[in-house]
Amino acid sequence: MTTPTKVALLGSFLCFASAAGSAGGAEPATEEMRSLDEQVQEIKTDVLGIAAELNRLEEKLLYPSNTHLAVFVSIAEGETFRLDSMQINIDGQLATHYLYAFKELEALQHGGVQRVYTGNLPTGGHQIEVSINGKTTSGDDFNSTETFSFDKGIEPKLLGIALNGPKAIDLGEW
Amino acid sequence: MRVQTLWLSLVFGTSAVAAEPPAGDEPVARDWYFGESLYYAQQGHFFEALERLDAELGQHRAVDEPALDSLYWSLRDAEFSVGDFELNYRMHHRAGRAITAVLEGAVDEVVRNDAAYRLARIHFQKGQLEDALYALDRITGEVPEDIGDDIEFLRANIYTGLGRHAEAAEVLKQLQSAESLKGFAAYNLGIALLEDNRREDALEQLDRAGQIASDDEAVLAIRDKSNFVLGTLLVEAERFDQAKQYFDRVRLEGPFSTSALLASGWAATASDDYGRAVVPWTLLAERASTDASVQEAMLALPFAYGKLEVHGRAALLYAKALDSFGHEIERLDESLTSIRDGKFLKVLVREEVRQDKDWVIRLRSLPESPETYYLMELLASHDFQTALQNYLDLEDLRRKLASWVVSFDAFDDMIGLRRQYYEPQLPGLDAEFRELDSRMRLRLEQHELLEKRLQSLLVAPRPEFLATADERLTAARLAELEAALEGASGETADALRQRIARLRGALTFTLRTEYHERLDVFARHLRELGQSIEVLEAEHVEFVRTRQAAVHSFEGYDTPIGRLRTHVAESLGKVNLLMARQGRVLELVAIDELVARRDRLETYRDQARYALADSYDRATEARAAAETASLQTAGETP
Repeated sequence: MTTPTKVALLGSFLCFASAAGSAGGAEPATEEMRSLDEQVQEIKTDVLGIAAELNRLEEKLLYPSNTHLAVFVSIAEGETFRLDSMQINIDGQLATHYLYAFKELEALQHGGVQRVYTGNLPTGGHQIEVSINGKTTSGDDFNSTETFSFDKGIEPKLLGIALNGPKAIDLGEW
Repeated sequence: MRVQTLWLSLVFGTSAVAAEPPAGDEPVARDWYFGESLYYAQQGHFFEALERLDAELGQHRAVDEPALDSLYWSLRDAEFSVGDFELNYRMHHRAGRAITAVLEGAVDEVVRNDAAYRLARIHFQKGQLEDALYALDRITGEVPEDIGDDIEFLRANIYTGLGRHAEAAEVLKQLQSAESLKGFAAYNLGIALLEDNRREDALEQLDRAGQIASDDEAVLAIRDKSNFVLGTLLVEAERFDQAKQYFDRVRLEGPFSTSALLASGWAATASDDYGRAVVPWTLLAERASTDASVQEAMLALPFAYGKLEVHGRAALLYAKALDSFGHEIERLDESLTSIRDGKFLKVLVREEVRQDKDWVIRLRSLPESPETYYLMELLASHDFQTALQNYLDLEDLRRKLASWVVSFDAFDDMIGLRRQYYEPQLPGLDAEFRELDSRMRLRLEQHELLEKRLQSLLVAPRPEFLATADERLTAARLAELEAALEGASGETADALRQRIARLRGALTFTLRTEYHERLDVFARHLRELGQSIEVLEAEHVEFVRTRQAAVHSFEGYDTPIGRLRTHVAESLGKVNLLMARQGRVLELVAIDELVARRDRLETYRDQARYALADSYDRATEARAAAETASLQTAGETP
């Protein structure tokens, strides 16, 4: 095998061989690690299955389809402004206020879509007000607010807030 | 196979990440739920990413017309992403299934080739080299432009893994100008040539790899590695002067810095040039005292001074090394005690550590966590990192499962409250609804009758159908009067009959002349009624739905919640058991490493003690000899 040769090659030169120390007792532990790795993969599959079932149950219980409203947020490709926070009011009532961490903002800038709000709403006409603030690429502070109307039917409603720039908030529906 | 994967990571880079250049384009999401999974994946939350994407793909496969589903346009990216997420979440067993499905589906050539490459990459990462090569061999025809070089680089890596070094070298030669593989292709070519027993070619290639200019940290690291390996090979060939030049090319900051400084010193001493060994070892001896190379340099530096006959300086440095080794042995003892007390595992799951992408590095600098000082080498090893990541993943799963247990209690409370609220109201509501429902059905039947009448009037006009109530009463009264006059004779009766006939004529005239106007009004009113009926029916449907929703808000949950509760409890038990076993293995490996480091330090300390005494004696002898010589010189002087 090539591996021992390679290690020996380095070890023979460096008089106080650093590779030799960790050898004792490592093999059984490595075997055990591999066996555990297999079992960890199995339990991950199990828990993913539970999570999926739980999500379905939670959605049915907390957000029945006839009142279900979900609001998603995305940032247009190539936009590099800094989004600090977003506030969403629905029919004049605060639905959510979200502060963005760096990793979350990066995820949005790289094509991620955030489900920022899930709630319940009766059928009929409604208004959503979206306010954002942050810094432009040139470092200036900005605040923007847009209001949109939408209808909620008896089926689940999905709204998508597209931030096409610090001052360009658009709403898409599904 | 696993060993070979590890070996590849050792040969091709400092870690799996360093061996592979950065990945290509990011997937594009046109489906919000797929976008949501990317949002989590971008943040390294692969469990959540997989959970959402699995659900979305499952729903997409269940729809009747997939082309109308929003995921349809991103399906390929989504299926590829599942494989990436699974690999990142270290679920190698599952990884690749979705991509295999793409590969075996009816897709165009470019997509199939892209899928084959991704599948090969997954097999390679899983250590299934033959399968990886088989997947690459399925690539024919047009290849996506951005992955052409990556495919060949992967092919070369697979060849190397399979021991087909000559073929690997041939492939790598073609990739030397690929900008995205800068450094990696050059270094790997050097290794392939070396493994193919073309030593001189390998040395030349590693020399080229060791001179690549770049600002990229990964490329700089691979350049350092090239120089370090080249230097080591030259030492083995006893070309010490040349070797030292290459060790000196390694940057003073970087993953190979301490090893290169140490090796540079040894290369100088191998050619008996102790003066040149002092410089790198002095630099090294001032660095963090937990590094194995630094500890070795602390002993090597006074050794060099001894050879240079500077015994006083050597004695001082041996004394300093002795102090340092003693101090480090104490720290190692503390670390061992700490690990045996279970503190190591507690440190690993600390939240602030895991918030940092360089958490492995941060572990070392954590206050109050002596157990991690000496584990950097161990932490950098592939198997240990996998085990560590598994432990952290298990801790995440444990937290999730524990929070779900609490959720079930909340669900039970919520369902109980809903039942309390709705159940008493439903009988009354149902009775009221039944009454309203029967009235509504009557009106609906009437509406239907009128609709039919309108239709018949449009076909065959019947003016009397559109008479007002007064007009109908008048017509009825005239009929009564006419009946009363039946059989009567005389002028009065005739006059009355004529009046009745006139009045009926006037009535008929009105009905006939106003017929169309009345028909329009009738049709308009019927339309208005139709609209009201629609509203009524919609409200009826909504009531029925709301009533159903009310019942569904508390009925039918007992079985799924009970089943989930059992699954969660079972899984929590398994996770706890696995965590205990995984934690124990980590502790044992860490203890083994620390004990080995301690043993080495003990040896160093013994050597330092002996060398200190020896240096002290030699320094004393030298001083005595110098004094004697000085006295002799003074005695001889008149």
